[in-house]
Amino acid sequence: MTQAAAFYVFAAILVFAALRVITTRNLVQAALWLVLCFFTAACIWLLLQAEFLAITLVLVYVGAVMVLFLFVVMMLDVNFDKLRERFRSYIPVGATVGILILLEMALVLIGGYIGPRAISAPVAAAPGYSNTRALGLQIYTDYAYPFEIAAVILLVAIVAAIALTHRRRRETKYQNPGEQVRTRRSERLRILNIPAEKREP
Amino acid sequence: MPFLTPPTLSHYLVLGAILFAISIVGIFLNRRNVIIMLMAIELMLLAVNLNFIAFSRYLGDTSGQVFVFFILTVAAAESAIGLAILVLLFRNVGSIDVEDLGKLKG
Repeated sequence: MTQAAAFYVFAAILVFAALRVITTRNLVQAALWLVLCFFTAACIWLLLQAEFLAITLVLVYVGAVMVLFLFVVMMLDVNFDKLRERFRSYIPVGATVGILILLEMALVLIGGYIGPRAISAPVAAAPGYSNTRALGLQIYTDYAYPFEIAAVILLVAIVAAIALTHRRRRETKYQNPGEQVRTRRSERLRILNIPAEKREP
Repeated sequence: MPFLTPPTLSHYLVLGAILFAISIVGIFLNRRNVIIMLMAIELMLLAVNLNFIAFSRYLGDTSGQVFVFFILTVAAAESAIGLAILVLLFRNVGSIDVEDLGKLKG
């Protein structure tokens, strides 16, 4: 019963925080509500006994990605009024679309898993079961190749982010070896034909 | 009391669906604001991750959690690059309006 109570409390907080993210006028508040969303989602994942991913969510998402969002949001000085000028007129259609999508998904997701297709409650794990260990065993054996590709994706992201935003300081002197190697003789040497001058004795 | 039975798979899936729908409505409502759209995309990814983990638990297969691991990786990379583009947009044009994205050169 405490599981059910915990689930409904977390679910309520999560849904409320998500609604506040999309409706708030203040960008910093939106980022903070999103942080609350991620923490609450981590708690729900703990209820689902995915401890490694719950802690990873807190460390990586909240600790790195959301901090990055907050940096950017605090750096920018945004004029918000122009951006929300037609916010009110979008609400009826937006709410209708959202509720319709939700009802359709709920119909499939509840209807598909009741009656003969119901999935029974998961068995409790054996006493020595470690979620991190089980994940590690799978990632480094069956999914070793996607793991390497994920590392390459992160490398590409680092290079791209730096290449996009790096500003070169104008007063530093630097060499460009590619240009140096590509010089041609005609750029460096010019032979003039100057007739010899005779000096008057 | 029916409300206090332990949550079944459908409970978690409907919660994921609610988050996904909220995120779609968020993109709908905040169409001109790049930052809120990036945050709505993060919410969408969170909904999908919740779905994966719920299935992984109820079907007894840890592959779902492995996939969530990779989704987290890719989502972090995409947020970093998205925010870098946002910073560039703000540096060059001075606003975070989506319609001004076309003014970036190159």
